[in-house]
Amino acid sequence: MSAPPSTLVDKHAVAAGAEGFLRQQRARNGEKAVFVVLLLAALVSVATTVGIVISLFVPAFQFFDEVPITDFLFGANWSPTFANPQFGVWPLIVGTLLITVIASTVALPLGLGSAVYLSEYAKDRERRALKPALEVLAGIPTVIYGFFALTLVTPLLRWIIPGDGEVPQIYNALSAGLVMGIMIIPTIASLSEDAMSAVPSGLRQGAFALGSNRRQVSTRVVVPAALSGITAAFVLGISRAIGETMIVVMAAGLQPNTSWNPLEIHQTMTAFIAATAAGDIATGTVVYKTIFAVGALLFVMTFVMNMISIRLVRKYREVYE
Amino acid sequence: MSDPNGSPSPPATSSVFTTGTRIRVHESPAGAMTESTPDQPVSVASASAGVSDGEDADRAYESVITTRDLSVFYGSYQAVREVDMNFGKNRITAMIGPSGCGKSTVLRCFNRMNDLIAGARVEGTITYHGQDVYAPDVDTIEVRRRVGMVFQKPNPFPKSIYDNVAYGPRVNGWKVQSMDDVVEEALTRAALWDEVKDKLKESALALSGGQQQRLCIARCIAVQPDVILMDEPCASLDPIATSKIEDLMRELADDYTIIIVTHNMQQAARVSDRTAFFTADVDDDGVRHGRLVEMDWTKKIFTNPSDPRTEGYISGRFG
Repeated sequence: MSAPPSTLVDKHAVAAGAEGFLRQQRARNGEKAVFVVLLLAALVSVATTVGIVISLFVPAFQFFDEVPITDFLFGANWSPTFANPQFGVWPLIVGTLLITVIASTVALPLGLGSAVYLSEYAKDRERRALKPALEVLAGIPTVIYGFFALTLVTPLLRWIIPGDGEVPQIYNALSAGLVMGIMIIPTIASLSEDAMSAVPSGLRQGAFALGSNRRQVSTRVVVPAALSGITAAFVLGISRAIGETMIVVMAAGLQPNTSWNPLEIHQTMTAFIAATAAGDIATGTVVYKTIFAVGALLFVMTFVMNMISIRLVRKYREVYE
Repeated sequence: MSDPNGSPSPPATSSVFTTGTRIRVHESPAGAMTESTPDQPVSVASASAGVSDGEDADRAYESVITTRDLSVFYGSYQAVREVDMNFGKNRITAMIGPSGCGKSTVLRCFNRMNDLIAGARVEGTITYHGQDVYAPDVDTIEVRRRVGMVFQKPNPFPKSIYDNVAYGPRVNGWKVQSMDDVVEEALTRAALWDEVKDKLKESALALSGGQQQRLCIARCIAVQPDVILMDEPCASLDPIATSKIEDLMRELADDYTIIIVTHNMQQAARVSDRTAFFTADVDDDGVRHGRLVEMDWTKKIFTNPSDPRTEGYISGRFG
């Protein structure tokens, strides 16, 4: 080792001798600027959330001044634009739930299955190829999925399911639900895989050392240990399904329906909002305010689902470390 | 060192639990596997392995695990070259040596944990009660059940204490009359029962490090292994917890064959019957390879080792 440069030595020697040499010598403005920029960035999202809640709930409350909330929640007829308007939101809830359930039925097992495969079974090279491919699927615009549902999946369903030409209808909940399920697989798979990969390898080794096979290691050790992350992935996937608009507008149709038959046309809450907002309605009318009432209901539903899932995760998760 | 007279008794598996009727014990390995040839254990070990002190010479020496020309590769890198060892029944054998000498690598061959590492490959033979552990038709799950393992860092599952112990019998699909009894017995044998009997349903992760490690030993015992491998089991524990584990090891040696990798030479001297000293050689290309220097009775290794490298390591001159 060569001797340190003498300039450094000199500087320290002088500093150590000077009065108050520990005092800050120069302003560090860059530090403050970074702090302010980052704070603003964080505030933008908070402010946006507050703004959305206000702009959503104020017109929604005005709507409930004119239409009793019980009529809205428990009425079975939804025809706000008709001459004799009815404001029972139930048909829209049926459409939304039906399609969400179909999508979840497709996406939860397939998404979790791919995650388990990627995390526990796939070789490194397979994982490196498959995970980006999966994430590309998440980047496809939903209008493409809608088109795919309408022009490929629906004809296929009409060919497979015999219904005397009546069902499946051109617009039906099944087609939209299936394609929506495919759409949210990557979200669920990718996030679940992240959660499983984060499980310490010591747990896997311990399980293998006790004579477990790979399936037992996956299902009895890794999945339970990653359960909170997996649940978060499920919730995010289902939230996307509830909030998804384009696929349902294109493939499920725009006619409210109280039947639980997935082969029939259904309108979801999001599809109503999109169609009505794009239509020719005057601001300030009751019809205009229904958009906000339905939007608020959607918001509350997703919010409650998030709350429940957080509870579930707290109760059942197996924390490591 | 004398050998058993050609009729080795069956391994300890069937007599592990004195009240063994509770568990449907797997068939005795002696029936399922080829019996070890009596002359193998002595001849295989390095030249000095046959030497013994008088006190141990009287005890029958039956080899449970034997390696011959064992080399381990990670890809093209030869981590361990040509190791010949044998591990006596109901003995504690310590494997010591500087970091990177391949002792953990060798240990992980005995229950085929190296299979989990992509690119790991074994040459030479390892026999367990005379049967080739790496034969193509061997079921790794069966190997791992008979040859249990305790890891460096306690790795209890994020489940209750009870479920941790019950895990092994459950995944092995055993029909047990009372899982409660199995759990109690395993925890008792691991000297943990009195500390946890009132909180079996609580998370194993709430236990202290030393308790967690004893739980891992209980978990291992619950599947009734024959051999217990311990990979630096006390490396993350304080001295009190360490001494408890060491006491436990001495007790367990009555029923199990124990192989322990340790960095702590005092520990090797305190607990083990036999000691294998590994070191890392640098070859002409500057690549390090682990190899066995000598294996002998612990007393001899620590008082009168045959190889000057062993003496250098033990007296603290390197490593």
